[in-house]
Amino acid sequence: MRYSAFGILKQGLTGNKGWKPVWREPEPKKSYDYIIVGGGGHGLATAHYLAKVFGGKNIAVLEKGWIGSGNIGRNTTIVRSNYGLDGNQPFYEMSLKLWEGLEQDLNYNAMMSQRGILNLAHSDGQRDAYARRGNAMLMSGADAELLDRSAIEKMCPFLNFDNERFPIKAGLLQRRAGTARHDAVAWGYARSADLHGVDIIQNCEVTGFQMKNGKCLGVQTNQGLIKAKKTAVCVAGASSRVMEKAGMRLPIESHVLQAFVSEGLKPTIPGVITYGAGHFYVSQSDKGGLVFGGDLDGYNSYAQRGNLPVVEDVCSGGMSIMPMIGRARLLRMWGGVMDMSMDGSPFIDKTGIEGLYFNGGWCYGGFKATPASGYCYAHLLATDTPHENASQMRLDRFIRGNMIDEKGVGAQPNLH
Amino acid sequence: MIINHPLLGPRDASEFTHLGDESMIDRPDGMNEGAAEKFHDYLYLRDNPAGKYRELWYHEAGDRSWLVVTRDTVTHEIFKVELARDVARSRGRSK
Ligand SMILES: Cc1cc2nc3c(=O)[nH]c(=O)nc-3n(C[C@H](O)[C@H](O)[C@H](O)COP(=O)(O)OP(=O)(O)OC[C@H]3O[C@@H](n4cnc5c(N)ncnc54)[C@H](O)[C@@H]3O)c2cc1C
Repeated sequence: MRYSAFGILKQGLTGNKGWKPVWREPEPKKSYDYIIVGGGGHGLATAHYLAKVFGGKNIAVLEKGWIGSGNIGRNTTIVRSNYGLDGNQPFYEMSLKLWEGLEQDLNYNAMMSQRGILNLAHSDGQRDAYARRGNAMLMSGADAELLDRSAIEKMCPFLNFDNERFPIKAGLLQRRAGTARHDAVAWGYARSADLHGVDIIQNCEVTGFQMKNGKCLGVQTNQGLIKAKKTAVCVAGASSRVMEKAGMRLPIESHVLQAFVSEGLKPTIPGVITYGAGHFYVSQSDKGGLVFGGDLDGYNSYAQRGNLPVVEDVCSGGMSIMPMIGRARLLRMWGGVMDMSMDGSPFIDKTGIEGLYFNGGWCYGGFKATPASGYCYAHLLATDTPHENASQMRLDRFIRGNMIDEKGVGAQPNLH
Repeated sequence: MIINHPLLGPRDASEFTHLGDESMIDRPDGMNEGAAEKFHDYLYLRDNPAGKYRELWYHEAGDRSWLVVTRDTVTHEIFKVELARDVARSRGRSK
């Protein structure tokens, strides 16, 4: 079923009785050409592009729980392409371009809203660093503007400009950045993949790999053995646990990141704003809630919940840059398990095992990457060569000395 | 989380910083054969288990000792806290 304004009108006038489930619930077949492990944003996007762009056939997505139960349904939905390094920025700009055409491509309202992201700078050194990052962005074909204090005052009069320790000196603005509805992204990709013949199999946990002579021939699941010519893992926070079953140790630690939503308020925050001196970022959802977050809790965790010290830390960051939010009540908070890599950048790569592929290490920035990650992973699966924009996202980059360390903090995942 | 410091008793985890896997105590010898590969594994690869995990914490806002904490990464329950130097010595280091 294609969605259209006329269709909505017709359904509205006939009691909304004609809507149908947007994907099938098939039984798994005995074998597939491609199995994608993990029905998060990246897995579903991979299935969509593999079927639609690369002509892949006979594809299944296996999801342990229900699709959208992982980080795709838990993130703070910021979409941007404001990275500095060569190995990252062209990839994220490719992703932003795909976001711009996503709803037409999927025929699905993902509520992509290009309301802009403003990174605040609080010292001369930070302003210089943002100028350099902005130039790197421009060179990748992205947009970037350096704002001075008076321009920011016009845009966001509610900010605390004269904090003694961290006054606002400047800001890096990317107008094409913004937010999207996270669940709708998962549903839209799922629907499109399904329409292209992909079997989406929920409640199907991969428990091991079928290996023979160093080749991966398929996966063991709680619904039995399913064979595949190519098996593509993309399970985000569960990366180490799944790849361990193939005998691999990854350059990844799992950490918990929390997110917070306030009660609904009148429209007040124009786009996404990030505090450059503490770790705090905020946007306002269309329902009016302030959606915000900050640092990782800082210790390895597979619990989808965090602890109170970080709640205090995030809220005090918010108070110091935006004192007006002090009266807003917190409605909800939750956590997600992040696949933190050793340099803060992801992997889209073959493994040493024939027929087995890996996508992961997205840290807390994988939502914006969803379209490009799916596209580049599908490219790798279909052609066995990396897409040019993901060509540095390799598992062996550490031994080669080619880290993609945006922050420059080294192999310390809780600091990226 | 409360970390039961072997010398100072129960302390709030926010007084500590977290370094990571306890295996970082066992730094490879840079002069040995295959040192580059060993350092790669030591620095960059992790077991990252869901469940019991032994990890290094530093009492930064306290007595600045390094601790080995045995903790469950799924429930955050802490089972055991040792001084890292005791752990290193029990493995024959700096006797
Ligand atoms: C609080 C929070 C805020 C965030 N904010 C942002 C943001 O503002 N911007 C941004 O770009 N990114 C953000 N992120 C990061 C982003 O959400 C993730 O990087 C991204 O969603 C990860 O890819 P995914 O969607 O495929 O992961 P997931 O949705 O986690 O998908 C992985 C799937 O694999 C499944 N799985 C696991 N093990 C198995 C198995 N054995 N068999 C079968 N299936 C399995 C899981 O059930 C899960 O559904 C945030 C994350 C969190 C938690």
